[in-house]
Amino acid sequence: MSKHKSEIETANLAAVLDDRVAEVYGPGTEIDGLVRLSGGASRETWSFDALPPGRARRPLILKRDPLDEKAPGPLTEGEVQLGLDRWTEGRLMQLAGEVGVPVPDVPFFLHADDRTSAGFVMQRLEGEALGRRILREDEFAAARPKLAFQCGQAAARFHSIPRDRLPPLPYLPVAEALDYNRDVVDSFDQPHAGFEYAFHWLRERLELAGDRVGLVHGDYRNGNLLVDGTGLAGVLDWELGHLGNPLNDLGWICIRAWRYGYYDKSVGGFGEVSDLLDGYEAGGGERVSLDSLHFWEVFGCMRWGVICMTLAFTHLTGKERSVEKVSIGRRAAEGEYDLLQLVD
Amino acid sequence: MPTDRPNAVELVEAVREFLSDHVAPNVEGQLAFHTRVAINALAIVERTMAQGDEMDAAELGRLKDLLKQDGDLQALNGELARAIRAGEMDDRRETLLAHLRQTAEDKIALANPRYLTKRG
Repeated sequence: MSKHKSEIETANLAAVLDDRVAEVYGPGTEIDGLVRLSGGASRETWSFDALPPGRARRPLILKRDPLDEKAPGPLTEGEVQLGLDRWTEGRLMQLAGEVGVPVPDVPFFLHADDRTSAGFVMQRLEGEALGRRILREDEFAAARPKLAFQCGQAAARFHSIPRDRLPPLPYLPVAEALDYNRDVVDSFDQPHAGFEYAFHWLRERLELAGDRVGLVHGDYRNGNLLVDGTGLAGVLDWELGHLGNPLNDLGWICIRAWRYGYYDKSVGGFGEVSDLLDGYEAGGGERVSLDSLHFWEVFGCMRWGVICMTLAFTHLTGKERSVEKVSIGRRAAEGEYDLLQLVD
Repeated sequence: MPTDRPNAVELVEAVREFLSDHVAPNVEGQLAFHTRVAINALAIVERTMAQGDEMDAAELGRLKDLLKQDGDLQALNGELARAIRAGEMDDRRETLLAHLRQTAEDKIALANPRYLTKRG
Protein backbone atom coordinates (compact mmCIF):
# COMPACT_ATOMS: atom_id res chain seq x y z
CA MET A 1 0.00 0.00 0.00
CA SER A 2 1.37 3.44 -0.84
CA LYS A 3 2.06 5.79 2.01
CA HIS A 4 -0.47 8.23 0.60
CA LYS A 5 -3.26 5.66 0.53
CA SER A 6 -2.54 4.45 4.05
CA GLU A 7 -2.57 8.07 5.33
CA ILE A 8 -5.98 8.67 3.77
CA GLU A 9 -7.30 5.45 5.26
CA THR A 10 -6.00 6.36 8.70
CA ALA A 11 -7.46 9.89 8.45
CA ASN A 12 -10.84 8.47 7.36
CA LEU A 13 -10.85 6.05 10.26
CA ALA A 14 -9.84 8.78 12.73
CA ALA A 15 -12.77 10.91 11.53
CA VAL A 16 -15.24 8.02 11.97
CA LEU A 17 -13.90 7.24 15.45
CA ASP A 18 -14.02 10.93 16.49
CA ASP A 19 -17.71 10.98 15.54
CA ARG A 20 -18.48 7.72 17.31
CA VAL A 21 -16.67 8.45 20.60
CA ALA A 22 -18.50 11.77 20.82
CA GLU A 23 -21.81 9.85 20.51
CA VAL A 24 -20.78 7.16 23.02
CA TYR A 25 -18.84 9.13 25.67
CA GLY A 26 -20.39 12.58 25.22
CA PRO A 27 -19.79 15.75 23.19
CA GLY A 28 -16.21 16.96 23.05
CA THR A 29 -14.75 13.45 23.30
CA GLU A 30 -11.89 12.93 20.87
CA ILE A 31 -9.53 10.10 20.03
CA ASP A 32 -5.78 10.02 20.56
CA GLY A 33 -2.88 7.80 19.47
CA LEU A 34 -4.60 5.89 16.64
CA VAL A 35 -2.15 3.24 15.43
CA ARG A 36 -2.49 0.04 13.40
CA LEU A 37 -1.44 -3.04 15.38
CA SER A 38 -1.57 -6.23 13.37
CA GLY A 39 -0.49 -6.60 9.81
CA GLY A 40 -2.80 -9.59 9.49
CA ALA A 41 -4.41 -9.98 6.09
CA SER A 42 -7.72 -11.25 7.40
CA ARG A 43 -8.58 -8.67 10.08
CA GLU A 44 -7.26 -5.26 11.01
CA THR A 45 -6.72 -4.23 14.61
CA TRP A 46 -6.09 -0.64 15.70
CA SER A 47 -5.22 0.81 19.07
CA PHE A 48 -6.46 4.23 20.25
CA ASP A 49 -7.67 6.09 23.33
CA ALA A 50 -10.93 7.99 23.76
CA LEU A 51 -10.52 11.24 25.71
CA PRO A 52 -13.82 12.31 27.32
CA PRO A 53 -13.47 15.90 28.57
CA GLY A 54 -12.70 15.99 32.29
CA ARG A 55 -12.70 12.18 32.64
CA ALA A 56 -10.14 9.39 32.46
CA ARG A 57 -8.96 8.25 29.04
CA ARG A 58 -10.39 4.99 27.73
CA PRO A 59 -7.81 2.64 26.18
CA LEU A 60 -9.52 0.90 23.24
CA ILE A 61 -8.95 -1.55 20.39
CA LEU A 62 -10.81 -1.59 17.08
CA LYS A 63 -11.12 -4.85 15.19
CA ARG A 64 -12.47 -4.37 11.68
CA ASP A 65 -12.65 -6.19 8.37
CA PRO A 66 -9.96 -5.35 5.84
CA LEU A 67 -11.07 -2.52 3.56
CA ASP A 68 -10.64 -4.62 0.42
CA GLU A 69 -12.54 -7.63 1.75
CA LYS A 70 -12.90 -10.09 -1.08
CA ALA A 71 -15.99 -12.12 -1.81
CA PRO A 72 -16.02 -15.53 -0.14
CA GLY A 73 -13.85 -17.97 -2.08
CA PRO A 74 -14.17 -21.67 -2.78
CA LEU A 75 -13.90 -24.47 -0.27
CA THR A 76 -10.11 -24.49 -0.17
CA GLU A 77 -10.28 -21.42 2.05
CA GLY A 78 -11.38 -23.91 4.65
CA GLU A 79 -12.16 -22.55 8.05
CA VAL A 80 -12.15 -18.98 6.81
CA GLN A 81 -15.64 -19.78 5.54
CA LEU A 82 -16.83 -20.26 9.08
CA GLY A 83 -15.70 -16.82 10.17
CA LEU A 84 -18.31 -14.52 11.70
CA ASP A 85 -18.91 -10.90 10.79
CA ARG A 86 -17.45 -8.36 13.20
CA TRP A 87 -20.81 -7.31 14.69
CA THR A 88 -21.66 -10.88 15.61
CA GLU A 89 -18.19 -11.41 17.03
CA GLY A 90 -18.49 -8.30 19.22
CA ARG A 91 -22.00 -9.32 20.29
CA LEU A 92 -20.71 -12.74 21.44
CA MET A 93 -18.12 -10.98 23.60
CA GLN A 94 -20.82 -8.84 25.18
CA LEU A 95 -22.96 -11.92 25.92
CA ALA A 96 -19.96 -13.77 27.36
CA GLY A 97 -19.21 -10.80 29.59
CA GLU A 98 -22.81 -10.82 30.86
CA VAL A 99 -22.45 -14.42 32.13
CA GLY A 100 -19.18 -13.72 33.94
CA VAL A 101 -16.59 -14.71 31.36
CA PRO A 102 -13.52 -12.46 31.51
CA VAL A 103 -13.66 -10.55 28.22
CA PRO A 104 -12.89 -6.98 27.20
CA ASP A 105 -15.98 -4.74 27.29
CA VAL A 106 -17.38 -3.95 23.84
CA PRO A 107 -18.69 -0.36 24.07
CA PHE A 108 -19.58 0.26 20.41
CA PHE A 109 -19.58 -0.91 16.80
CA LEU A 110 -18.78 0.62 13.39
CA HIS A 111 -21.03 0.34 10.35
CA ALA A 112 -19.40 -0.18 6.98
CA ASP A 113 -19.61 3.04 4.95
CA ASP A 114 -17.46 4.94 2.45
CA ARG A 115 -14.83 5.65 5.13
CA THR A 116 -14.49 2.35 6.98
CA SER A 117 -15.34 -1.34 6.92
CA ALA A 118 -17.49 -2.87 9.68
CA GLY A 119 -15.92 -3.41 13.07
CA PHE A 120 -16.31 -3.46 16.80
CA VAL A 121 -14.47 -1.59 19.51
CA MET A 122 -13.31 -3.26 22.71
CA GLN A 123 -11.57 -2.24 25.88
CA ARG A 124 -7.76 -2.52 25.68
CA LEU A 125 -6.88 -4.69 28.68
CA GLU A 126 -3.44 -5.15 30.18
CA GLY A 127 -1.96 -8.59 29.75
CA GLU A 128 -0.17 -11.02 27.49
CA ALA A 129 -1.73 -13.12 24.71
CA LEU A 130 1.38 -14.72 23.21
CA GLY A 131 1.23 -18.36 24.27
CA ARG A 132 4.96 -18.88 24.42
CA ARG A 133 5.50 -15.88 26.71
CA ILE A 134 2.66 -16.92 29.01
CA LEU A 135 4.41 -20.28 29.51
CA ARG A 136 7.93 -18.96 29.86
CA GLU A 137 7.99 -15.57 31.58
CA ASP A 138 8.41 -15.24 35.36
CA GLU A 139 5.70 -12.59 35.60
CA PHE A 140 3.08 -15.28 34.83
CA ALA A 141 4.47 -17.88 37.26
CA ALA A 142 1.67 -17.27 39.76
CA ALA A 143 -0.97 -17.20 37.01
CA ARG A 144 -0.05 -20.45 35.25
CA PRO A 145 -1.23 -22.92 37.93
CA LYS A 146 -4.68 -21.25 37.99
CA LEU A 147 -5.27 -21.03 34.27
CA ALA A 148 -6.60 -24.53 33.52
CA PHE A 149 -9.31 -24.23 36.21
CA GLN A 150 -10.17 -20.68 35.10
CA CYS A 151 -10.39 -21.77 31.46
CA GLY A 152 -12.76 -24.59 32.40
CA GLN A 153 -14.89 -22.22 34.46
CA ALA A 154 -15.04 -19.56 31.74
CA ALA A 155 -15.93 -22.14 29.08
CA ALA A 156 -18.78 -23.57 31.18
CA ARG A 157 -20.20 -20.07 31.50
CA PHE A 158 -20.23 -19.15 27.81
CA HIS A 159 -21.34 -22.67 26.87
CA SER A 160 -24.43 -22.14 29.03
CA ILE A 161 -25.68 -18.97 27.30
CA PRO A 162 -29.28 -19.82 26.32
CA ARG A 163 -29.64 -20.33 22.58
CA ASP A 164 -32.47 -17.82 22.33
CA ARG A 165 -30.09 -15.10 23.51
CA LEU A 166 -27.47 -15.84 20.83
CA PRO A 167 -27.31 -14.01 17.51
CA PRO A 168 -27.72 -16.12 14.34
CA LEU A 169 -24.67 -18.41 14.13
CA PRO A 170 -23.45 -21.15 11.81
CA TYR A 171 -24.62 -24.57 13.05
CA LEU A 172 -21.94 -27.25 12.86
CA PRO A 173 -22.84 -30.45 14.69
CA VAL A 174 -20.10 -33.04 14.90
CA ALA A 175 -21.17 -35.23 11.96
CA GLU A 176 -21.32 -32.20 9.66
CA ALA A 177 -17.98 -30.96 11.03
CA LEU A 178 -16.44 -34.32 10.10
CA ASP A 179 -17.96 -34.18 6.61
CA TYR A 180 -16.70 -30.64 6.26
CA ASN A 181 -13.11 -31.56 7.12
CA ARG A 182 -13.25 -34.63 4.87
CA ASP A 183 -14.48 -32.46 1.98
CA VAL A 184 -11.64 -30.01 2.59
CA VAL A 185 -9.10 -32.85 2.44
CA ASP A 186 -10.78 -34.27 -0.69
CA SER A 187 -10.53 -30.86 -2.36
CA PHE A 188 -6.71 -31.08 -2.20
CA ASP A 189 -6.71 -34.26 -4.30
CA GLN A 190 -4.05 -35.73 -2.04
CA PRO A 191 -5.38 -38.94 -0.42
CA HIS A 192 -4.41 -38.96 3.23
CA ALA A 193 -4.57 -42.25 5.09
CA GLY A 194 -3.79 -40.75 8.51
CA PHE A 195 -6.63 -38.22 8.48
CA GLU A 196 -8.88 -40.79 6.83
CA TYR A 197 -8.29 -43.03 9.84
CA ALA A 198 -9.23 -40.14 12.13
CA PHE A 199 -12.50 -39.53 10.24
CA HIS A 200 -13.28 -43.24 10.46
CA TRP A 201 -12.37 -43.57 14.15
CA LEU A 202 -14.38 -40.47 15.11
CA ARG A 203 -17.39 -41.53 13.08
CA GLU A 204 -17.46 -44.88 14.90
CA ARG A 205 -17.63 -43.05 18.22
CA LEU A 206 -20.01 -40.16 17.53
CA GLU A 207 -21.95 -40.92 20.72
CA LEU A 208 -18.88 -39.79 22.70
CA ALA A 209 -19.20 -36.29 21.22
CA GLY A 210 -22.23 -35.66 23.41
CA ASP A 211 -25.53 -34.28 22.17
CA ARG A 212 -25.67 -30.88 23.80
CA VAL A 213 -25.83 -27.92 21.42
CA GLY A 214 -24.58 -24.52 22.46
CA LEU A 215 -22.17 -21.71 21.76
CA VAL A 216 -18.73 -23.02 20.78
CA HIS A 217 -15.93 -20.45 20.88
CA GLY A 218 -14.25 -22.29 18.00
CA ASP A 219 -10.64 -21.33 18.72
CA TYR A 220 -10.36 -21.68 22.49
CA ARG A 221 -6.64 -22.14 23.13
CA ASN A 222 -3.44 -20.75 24.56
CA GLY A 223 -2.79 -17.91 22.11
CA ASN A 224 -6.33 -16.50 22.29
CA LEU A 225 -6.25 -16.02 26.06
CA LEU A 226 -5.23 -12.75 27.62
CA VAL A 227 -3.32 -13.48 30.81
CA ASP A 228 -2.02 -11.15 33.51
CA GLY A 229 -0.02 -11.79 36.67
CA THR A 230 -3.07 -13.11 38.51
CA GLY A 231 -4.59 -15.37 35.85
CA LEU A 232 -7.09 -15.31 32.99
CA ALA A 233 -7.87 -11.69 32.11
CA GLY A 234 -9.76 -12.12 28.85
CA VAL A 235 -10.98 -14.63 26.27
CA LEU A 236 -10.22 -13.20 22.82
CA ASP A 237 -10.88 -13.90 19.13
CA TRP A 238 -14.46 -15.08 18.93
CA GLU A 239 -14.65 -14.98 15.15
CA LEU A 240 -14.98 -18.78 14.75
CA GLY A 241 -17.89 -18.89 17.20
CA HIS A 242 -20.67 -21.24 16.13
CA LEU A 243 -23.41 -23.54 17.40
CA GLY A 244 -22.20 -27.04 18.00
CA ASN A 245 -21.08 -29.35 20.74
CA PRO A 246 -19.43 -27.19 23.41
CA LEU A 247 -17.02 -29.96 24.45
CA ASN A 248 -15.21 -29.24 21.19
CA ASP A 249 -13.63 -26.22 22.96
CA LEU A 250 -12.29 -28.40 25.79
CA GLY A 251 -10.61 -30.85 23.43
CA TRP A 252 -9.12 -28.03 21.36
CA ILE A 253 -7.45 -26.31 24.31
CA CYS A 254 -5.75 -29.65 25.15
CA ILE A 255 -4.10 -30.47 21.82
CA ARG A 256 -0.33 -30.46 21.74
CA ALA A 257 -0.12 -27.65 19.17
CA TRP A 258 -0.81 -25.08 21.92
CA ARG A 259 1.66 -26.41 24.48
CA TYR A 260 4.67 -24.74 22.87
CA GLY A 261 7.04 -27.47 24.00
CA TYR A 262 5.63 -27.83 27.53
CA TYR A 263 4.21 -31.20 26.59
CA ASP A 264 3.68 -32.55 30.10
CA LYS A 265 1.04 -29.86 30.74
CA SER A 266 -1.93 -31.05 28.71
CA VAL A 267 -4.01 -27.90 28.94
CA GLY A 268 -2.33 -25.18 26.89
CA GLY A 269 1.12 -26.05 28.23
CA PHE A 270 0.11 -24.57 31.61
CA GLY A 271 -2.24 -27.00 33.35
CA GLU A 272 -3.82 -30.36 34.02
CA VAL A 273 -6.95 -31.91 32.58
CA SER A 274 -8.34 -32.52 36.07
CA ASP A 275 -8.18 -28.77 36.81
CA LEU A 276 -9.85 -27.94 33.49
CA LEU A 277 -12.72 -30.34 34.19
CA ASP A 278 -13.06 -29.25 37.83
CA GLY A 279 -13.26 -25.66 36.65
CA TYR A 280 -15.88 -26.65 34.11
CA GLU A 281 -18.07 -28.09 36.86
CA ALA A 282 -17.45 -25.11 39.13
CA GLY A 283 -18.63 -22.84 36.30
CA GLY A 284 -21.92 -24.74 36.10
CA GLY A 285 -20.99 -27.27 33.41
CA GLU A 286 -21.59 -31.00 33.51
CA ARG A 287 -18.97 -33.51 34.68
CA VAL A 288 -17.18 -34.24 31.40
CA SER A 289 -16.04 -37.84 30.90
CA LEU A 290 -12.45 -38.48 29.93
CA ASP A 291 -13.75 -40.50 26.98
CA SER A 292 -15.60 -37.48 25.60
CA LEU A 293 -12.61 -35.26 26.13
CA HIS A 294 -10.46 -37.85 24.38
CA PHE A 295 -12.86 -37.87 21.41
CA TRP A 296 -12.60 -34.10 21.06
CA GLU A 297 -8.81 -34.13 21.41
CA VAL A 298 -8.59 -36.54 18.49
CA PHE A 299 -11.00 -34.30 16.60
CA GLY A 300 -8.86 -31.28 17.49
CA CYS A 301 -5.62 -32.88 16.26
CA MET A 302 -7.34 -33.76 12.99
CA ARG A 303 -8.74 -30.27 12.66
CA TRP A 304 -5.35 -28.68 13.33
CA GLY A 305 -3.78 -30.88 10.66
CA VAL A 306 -6.46 -29.96 8.14
CA ILE A 307 -6.01 -26.26 8.91
CA CYS A 308 -2.25 -26.63 8.28
CA MET A 309 -2.94 -28.32 4.95
CA THR A 310 -5.46 -25.63 4.06
CA LEU A 311 -2.90 -22.89 4.65
CA ALA A 312 -0.34 -24.70 2.50
CA PHE A 313 -2.84 -25.07 -0.34
CA THR A 314 -3.58 -21.35 -0.17
CA HIS A 315 -0.01 -21.02 -1.42
CA LEU A 316 0.04 -24.08 -3.69
CA THR A 317 -3.07 -23.00 -5.58
CA GLY A 318 -1.54 -19.57 -6.10
CA LYS A 319 -4.15 -17.71 -4.07
CA GLU A 320 -1.52 -16.23 -1.78
CA ARG A 321 2.13 -17.13 -2.31
CA SER A 322 3.81 -17.23 1.10
CA VAL A 323 6.80 -19.12 2.47
CA GLU A 324 5.12 -19.08 5.87
CA LYS A 325 1.83 -20.57 4.66
CA VAL A 326 3.45 -23.27 2.55
CA SER A 327 5.77 -24.24 5.42
CA ILE A 328 2.89 -24.60 7.86
CA GLY A 329 1.70 -27.38 5.56
CA ARG A 330 4.39 -29.63 6.99
CA ARG A 331 2.96 -29.12 10.47
CA ALA A 332 -0.08 -31.15 9.35
CA ALA A 333 2.07 -34.17 10.20
CA GLU A 334 2.14 -33.02 13.84
CA GLY A 335 -1.65 -33.22 14.07
CA GLU A 336 -1.55 -36.58 12.29
CA TYR A 337 1.19 -37.93 14.57
CA ASP A 338 -0.58 -36.74 17.71
CA LEU A 339 -3.96 -38.18 16.79
CA LEU A 340 -2.38 -41.52 15.89
CA GLN A 341 -0.93 -41.71 19.42
CA LEU A 342 -4.42 -41.08 20.84
CA VAL A 343 -6.49 -43.58 18.84
CA ASP A 344 -6.74 -47.34 19.01
CA MET B 1 21.95 -36.38 -13.08
CA PRO B 2 24.77 -34.54 -14.78
CA THR B 3 26.45 -32.26 -12.24
CA ASP B 4 29.86 -31.41 -10.87
CA ARG B 5 30.26 -30.41 -7.25
CA PRO B 6 28.67 -28.55 -5.60
CA ASN B 7 25.86 -31.07 -5.74
CA ALA B 8 22.26 -30.17 -4.91
CA VAL B 9 22.68 -31.00 -1.22
CA GLU B 10 25.70 -28.73 -0.96
CA LEU B 11 23.91 -25.86 -2.71
CA VAL B 12 20.89 -26.02 -0.43
CA GLU B 13 23.19 -26.19 2.57
CA ALA B 14 25.08 -23.11 1.33
CA VAL B 15 21.85 -21.12 0.87
CA ARG B 16 20.63 -22.12 4.32
CA GLU B 17 23.94 -21.08 5.89
CA PHE B 18 23.84 -17.77 4.02
CA LEU B 19 20.32 -17.01 5.31
CA SER B 20 21.27 -18.10 8.79
CA ASP B 21 24.66 -16.39 9.13
CA HIS B 22 24.23 -13.26 7.01
CA VAL B 23 20.54 -12.44 6.55
CA ALA B 24 18.91 -13.44 9.84
CA PRO B 25 21.20 -11.34 12.07
CA ASN B 26 20.54 -8.24 9.96
CA VAL B 27 16.76 -8.19 9.68
CA GLU B 28 13.99 -7.78 12.21
CA GLY B 29 10.25 -8.15 12.73
CA GLN B 30 8.23 -9.97 10.09
CA LEU B 31 11.26 -10.32 7.79
CA ALA B 32 13.30 -12.00 10.56
CA PHE B 33 10.41 -14.38 11.20
CA HIS B 34 10.07 -15.28 7.53
CA THR B 35 13.84 -15.75 7.28
CA ARG B 36 13.67 -18.33 10.07
CA VAL B 37 10.78 -20.01 8.28
CA ALA B 38 12.85 -20.14 5.08
CA ILE B 39 15.85 -21.60 6.95
CA ASN B 40 13.63 -24.31 8.42
CA ALA B 41 12.18 -25.10 4.99
CA LEU B 42 15.67 -25.60 3.57
CA ALA B 43 16.60 -27.82 6.51
CA ILE B 44 13.56 -29.98 5.64
CA VAL B 45 14.84 -30.27 2.07
CA GLU B 46 18.28 -31.31 3.35
CA ARG B 47 16.86 -33.99 5.66
CA THR B 48 14.65 -35.24 2.82
CA MET B 49 17.64 -35.55 0.51
CA ALA B 50 19.51 -37.52 3.16
CA GLN B 51 16.74 -39.83 4.42
CA GLY B 52 13.77 -39.57 2.05
CA ASP B 53 14.57 -42.43 -0.34
CA GLU B 54 15.03 -44.91 2.46
CA MET B 55 11.78 -43.82 4.11
CA ASP B 56 9.90 -44.05 0.81
CA ALA B 57 11.17 -47.58 0.21
CA ALA B 58 10.13 -48.68 3.69
CA GLU B 59 6.71 -47.06 3.34
CA LEU B 60 6.16 -48.73 -0.03
CA GLY B 61 7.12 -52.10 1.45
CA ARG B 62 4.65 -51.66 4.31
CA LEU B 63 1.86 -50.59 1.93
CA LYS B 64 2.38 -53.63 -0.30
CA ASP B 65 2.23 -55.94 2.72
CA LEU B 66 -0.82 -54.23 4.13
CA LEU B 67 -2.84 -54.03 0.91
CA LYS B 68 -1.52 -57.19 -0.73
CA GLN B 69 -1.11 -55.32 -4.01
CA ASP B 70 1.58 -53.83 -6.16
CA GLY B 71 1.84 -50.20 -7.20
CA ASP B 72 3.72 -46.98 -6.54
CA LEU B 73 3.52 -44.89 -3.38
CA GLN B 74 0.91 -42.50 -4.73
CA ALA B 75 -1.38 -45.23 -6.02
CA LEU B 76 -1.13 -47.35 -2.89
CA ASN B 77 -1.66 -44.41 -0.56
CA GLY B 78 -4.76 -43.53 -2.57
CA GLU B 79 -5.95 -47.11 -2.27
CA LEU B 80 -5.27 -47.18 1.47
CA ALA B 81 -7.21 -43.96 2.07
CA ARG B 82 -10.13 -45.35 0.05
CA ALA B 83 -10.05 -48.68 1.90
CA ILE B 84 -10.02 -47.01 5.33
CA ARG B 85 -12.99 -44.85 4.37
CA ALA B 86 -14.86 -47.92 3.11
CA GLY B 87 -14.21 -49.77 6.38
CA GLU B 88 -12.22 -52.44 4.54
CA MET B 89 -9.24 -52.18 6.90
CA ASP B 90 -11.22 -52.79 10.10
CA ASP B 91 -10.00 -56.38 10.37
CA ARG B 92 -6.32 -55.28 10.27
CA ARG B 93 -6.34 -52.37 12.68
CA GLU B 94 -3.20 -53.26 14.52
CA THR B 95 -0.97 -53.51 11.45
CA LEU B 96 -2.73 -50.53 9.88
CA LEU B 97 -2.06 -48.35 12.92
CA ALA B 98 1.55 -49.50 13.15
CA HIS B 99 2.01 -48.46 9.52
CA LEU B 100 0.27 -45.10 9.94
CA ARG B 101 2.26 -44.31 13.08
CA GLN B 102 5.57 -45.16 11.45
CA THR B 103 4.68 -43.07 8.40
CA ALA B 104 3.68 -40.06 10.51
CA GLU B 105 6.83 -40.41 12.60
CA ASP B 106 8.95 -40.37 9.43
CA LYS B 107 7.13 -37.28 8.18
CA ILE B 108 7.96 -35.50 11.43
CA ALA B 109 11.54 -36.74 11.42
CA LEU B 110 11.87 -34.79 8.17
CA ALA B 111 9.67 -31.80 8.97
CA ASN B 112 10.44 -31.10 12.63
CA PRO B 113 12.52 -33.78 14.40
CA ARG B 114 12.47 -31.87 17.69
CA TYR B 115 8.77 -32.67 17.90
CA LEU B 116 9.64 -36.31 18.57
CA THR B 117 11.54 -35.49 21.73
CA LYS B 118 9.54 -34.76 24.85
CA ARG B 119 10.39 -31.09 25.08
CA GLY B 120 10.45 -29.24 21.78
